Amino acid sequence: MADENNNMADGIPSPDGAANLIDTEYELGQDNVEGSVGPLGFDIHNPVFPVSGAAVVAFVFYTLVLPDQAGAVFSWLFGAVTKGFDWFFLGAANIFVIFCLLLIVTPLGNVRLGGAEAKPDYGYVGWFAMLFAAGMGIGLMFYGVSEPMSHFSSSMGGTAAENGVRTDWAPLGAAVGDEAAAMRLGMAATIFHWGLHPWAIYAVVALALALFSYNKGLPLTIRSAFHPIFGDAVWGWVGHIIDTLAVFATLFGLATSLGFGATQANAGLNELFGVPVNSTTEVILISAITAIALVSVLRGLDGGVKILSEVNMGLAFVLLLFVLIAGPTLFLISLFWDSLVAYVEYLPALSNPIGREDVNFSQGWTSFYWAWWISWSPFVGMFIARVSRGRSVREFVICVLLIPSLVCVLWMSVFGGTALHQVVSDGYTAAQDASLELKLFKMLDVLPLAGITSLIGIVLVIVFFVTSSDSGSLVIDTITAGGKVDAPIPQRAFWCLFEGAVAIVLLLSAGGLSSLQSMVISTGLPFTVVLLLMCYAILRGLLSERKAK
Amino acid sequence: MFTKILVPVDLAHAEKMDKAVRVASSLAQTYGAALCFVGVSSDAPTSVAHTPDEFAQKLSAFAADKGAAYGIAAVSEAVIVNDPAVELNHALDKTIDGVGADLVVMATHLPGVSDYIWAGHGAHVAAHSKASVFLVRD
Repeated sequence: MADENNNMADGIPSPDGAANLIDTEYELGQDNVEGSVGPLGFDIHNPVFPVSGAAVVAFVFYTLVLPDQAGAVFSWLFGAVTKGFDWFFLGAANIFVIFCLLLIVTPLGNVRLGGAEAKPDYGYVGWFAMLFAAGMGIGLMFYGVSEPMSHFSSSMGGTAAENGVRTDWAPLGAAVGDEAAAMRLGMAATIFHWGLHPWAIYAVVALALALFSYNKGLPLTIRSAFHPIFGDAVWGWVGHIIDTLAVFATLFGLATSLGFGATQANAGLNELFGVPVNSTTEVILISAITAIALVSVLRGLDGGVKILSEVNMGLAFVLLLFVLIAGPTLFLISLFWDSLVAYVEYLPALSNPIGREDVNFSQGWTSFYWAWWISWSPFVGMFIARVSRGRSVREFVICVLLIPSLVCVLWMSVFGGTALHQVVSDGYTAAQDASLELKLFKMLDVLPLAGITSLIGIVLVIVFFVTSSDSGSLVIDTITAGGKVDAPIPQRAFWCLFEGAVAIVLLLSAGGLSSLQSMVISTGLPFTVVLLLMCYAILRGLLSERKAK
Repeated sequence: MFTKILVPVDLAHAEKMDKAVRVASSLAQTYGAALCFVGVSSDAPTSVAHTPDEFAQKLSAFAADKGAAYGIAAVSEAVIVNDPAVELNHALDKTIDGVGADLVVMATHLPGVSDYIWAGHGAHVAAHSKASVFLVRD
């Protein structure tokens, strides 16, 4: 309350209704450099914009000039991080889930983002579509069929050990030869990777940013969440490092996904229409995706990103409904409930961070996924924050944690379940045998209207990339403009094009995409520390909001 | 001839608005028209204000200040959008209709960052608005 009064005395009123602004000398945009290049204006943060831009160029250059060395260094780093720190990733992710669940049930959940009287900017449909499309849409397209299948197969295969160390990839104790048990374990393990944990990771980052921006009046950048810990030092080099790291992870995360996505979309187009698989097709695909994303960012949050996200979710829902009806409907419905129960049942064992025997699964799958989600969290979290003003913390956590998790259970049950049913009941193994990018299409092949549904599948893959690319460009633009959401439009166009250009350069270099993706996932380690600190900051921030009431 | 004059202002560059404000005030005095300042902002903190409320208050203070300086009654209209860099034109179109303005007086060609953007906004409003539009070059 004291802070609020001080702010009022300085002529700074509170947000809509009771809240508790942070008193800081920092003026948003004070470190920014404004100017223009020809007719194009810019308004960028110094040093975050130049340093992150130069670092991206330097890393791309390094990968191109010394591909073997870069590949070796990054894959060593990747292995060291996901294998050496598996306990840390697993333990931290558990903390994020528990933290979020506690926010739902404690009075802290009553705090409203943007002040007690704030009204939500977006209705449920648009809001949910945007957070889902940015969060994991594209992964669901590729892993919806393949992951349940992988865990099912490895579980059926049972365990194997060499010198007392497990060499198989099965989760937990496997389920050798028992189809029903292997299916339950496979579904539980898949949902574990796409359910509460990843969404808790996103929710923590999003909540921290939304709270410190909308309720505390700090700039909408990652560093603001650290004000309770570092005080005004966040406006100095500590904050520069945090923000630069976030830009770096976001840009490379997007560019490498875009590169891989183009190769995957190319494989799908080849399967359907015989389009040749080569780098020319892939460069055209990246250019097309970047061009659509560019139109979307130029049309803005409401006119571009939101509309595309809604179209995407609509299409995805149609495809889901189609597979549910055209596939083994009753089996899928019962699998959904079964999987949900299996998830809850296996959750304690799957999330156990220490003393795991299934090392390949817990390090190669779980630890990899957690590092991956965490390296994406600055981008997805910041985007979710941008569109979540006006929600109460309880509503926010329920909608960002529980509902997406349930949708993932449904999606995995329907897509993975149909493919599993094809193997177990029909002996159709084309989806099981196909490469990752073709599994979805092979599964759709034996359902009616395969031509149309496969086309919807390809459109979904491409549009999901567009919705990641456009929202990512907005996020990078905001961070590199020191938290300004009204920086000149050419700037967001620059990041969108830059990201496409980096993807093309990496695609054309041998091994560039995979080695840089390993490097990006490795940034999950420092960000895990960042996220743990954020939990503490959120707690401090919410407690001071409660006092303000 | 005119009954309501609308003046879009960019509070981040308030000092650059003087000429347009002077023109609008003298036109308002000449025709006995009401004067309304409109500002568009985001609900995320900006360099002008930490919150939408604060933005509205600063805009209102700006209007009162200019009104007093030129001896005329002026009101303000704060418009909050999700993505101001992109939605400004549309927000201005809507506000012109919403307040029933019959003349828009607008500063254009601010130097630096706003140069590119604002020139576009003036041209857009002139092309799309039913009201008369007076673009004041800096």
